[in-house]
Amino acid sequence: MKILVCISKVPDTTSKINFVDNDTKFDENGVQYVVNPYDEWYALVRALELVEAQGGSVTTITVGTSADDPTIRKALAIGANDAVRIDAEPVDSFFVSKQIANYALKENFDIVMTGKETINYNGAQIGAMVSELLDMPFVSLASKLDVVSNVATLERDVQAGIEVVEVEFPFVVSASKGMAEQRIPNMRGIMAARTKPLNIIPADDQKPLTSVLKFELPSPKTGCKYLDPESMDELVELLHNESKVI
Amino acid sequence: MSVLVFVELKNKLSKAAKEAITYGKNLGSVTVITYGNAPDNVLSEMGEYGAEKIWVYRSLNEANDQVLCNFIVKAAKKTDAEFIVLSQDQTGKAVGPRVAAKIEAGHVSGAISLPENSDEFTVKTNVYSGKAIAYVTVHSKIKVISILPNSIQPVENKVDSSISNFEEDLGLGRIKIKDLKPLGEGIPLPEAELVVSAGRGLKGPENWGIVEDLAKSLGATTACSRPVADIGWRPHHEHVGQTGVAIRPNLYIAAGISGAIQHLAGVNGSKVIVVINTDPEAPFFKAADYGVIGDAFEVLPKLTTAINNFKSSQV
Repeated sequence: MKILVCISKVPDTTSKINFVDNDTKFDENGVQYVVNPYDEWYALVRALELVEAQGGSVTTITVGTSADDPTIRKALAIGANDAVRIDAEPVDSFFVSKQIANYALKENFDIVMTGKETINYNGAQIGAMVSELLDMPFVSLASKLDVVSNVATLERDVQAGIEVVEVEFPFVVSASKGMAEQRIPNMRGIMAARTKPLNIIPADDQKPLTSVLKFELPSPKTGCKYLDPESMDELVELLHNESKVI
Repeated sequence: MSVLVFVELKNKLSKAAKEAITYGKNLGSVTVITYGNAPDNVLSEMGEYGAEKIWVYRSLNEANDQVLCNFIVKAAKKTDAEFIVLSQDQTGKAVGPRVAAKIEAGHVSGAISLPENSDEFTVKTNVYSGKAIAYVTVHSKIKVISILPNSIQPVENKVDSSISNFEEDLGLGRIKIKDLKPLGEGIPLPEAELVVSAGRGLKGPENWGIVEDLAKSLGATTACSRPVADIGWRPHHEHVGQTGVAIRPNLYIAAGISGAIQHLAGVNGSKVIVVINTDPEAPFFKAADYGVIGDAFEVLPKLTTAINNFKSSQV
């Protein structure tokens, strides 16, 4: 089984979010980067579990610059066999998807995995775009993935509930919570990661289709109005007349 | 300008569908496409929100991503659509970016506003798990816009509409749907306007009656924090937060939830937040509009009574 896992670096969840250059750029000052939790905890770990049980290999792919290398090494320390970095700024989701698809087209992967979204852009776009570019079915928001020979059974989140689906190789899947448990890399993994292959590949030309004009912070809450536990009628009155939500 | 809106219908016109049609109507003349066997009155109700043409693929019954993608792309070609609008729900997440990639169109994921008035098409989306807003500009001629549920107020805007059948070869889906474990009744969380949520402060699953009572008197959907779902007190689909469901209701009432940053990431799109907690230092109060420092076991029943009194006074 040959699995490709798409991983991205994101600011740690506790990072302070600020912008610089007239609100056009994320302020990286003091920000700690981590592997996007959905990519790491769920997609990568499940890929490793499948390969450990049934044989095969796990390759990670990232579209980014050398600034991504520490998070890529983290993925290798957790257990990926090798890593690919397409050497470019990830300018928009189509650009990124195209780079990943162009690489995957040459490699015959059985499963291509992503996290359900990144916690910085929250776009949930890459899996669907890559699957279209590869002409593969896409199982989105999957919380369970099992494989028997070349058929996978998955559970995914749909409006009506949890759907159980079956799909043959090759396919693309986006992982949500529940697919696996977070793994902490051990010292041996960290040492081994230093010498595992990280192949840096030049990017293909692709004009971005979208761009971010600027960022903005949401207007801060004006402060909390405290009410006495005995004055719930007053709270209801405020919800009705002041904030008009009931 | 021709606008194609994709919606999914059941026995009634969902709020998500009304939002998408309203959004489309603001951009141009709307053709709505849908599939399955929704009754005619539901189809024609879309005219109330501005759908001029309604195309139904009746024999299509399954949400298979590749088939739906072909459906949307074919309909977009037929209508010469410059905008393709859909809801950023589970189906939208699977299909929207796929459509965009197929026709090499720019895709906006989770738009929360109509375009700004300028030469270029720019709309707002939530980024950094709701901690910031990005203004995204689309450069391609055709634009695919997935709108975040509860971001656009549906507006009635009646037009003359026609309903017709759509039949074309869309290829075969490769995902076999084996089973569905359905959610309970009620309004699904992403669409809910009123949400009552509780956390570990409730001390055990047997105490959820007071949460459900409040939800019932408000007509709200219930939710919970991550630890509560993880230890199995409540079903996972109720978990709101970073790794659970992200919601944007008008009113979010949280009892016995401290308000960790991961929880806030899923609820900070709420218009009004009410926090009930015994600990005055709970970080959630910083994100709240109204706070009650007190025991959920006492406050929730009092609030339920107050709501019931209010409701009966309204009649």
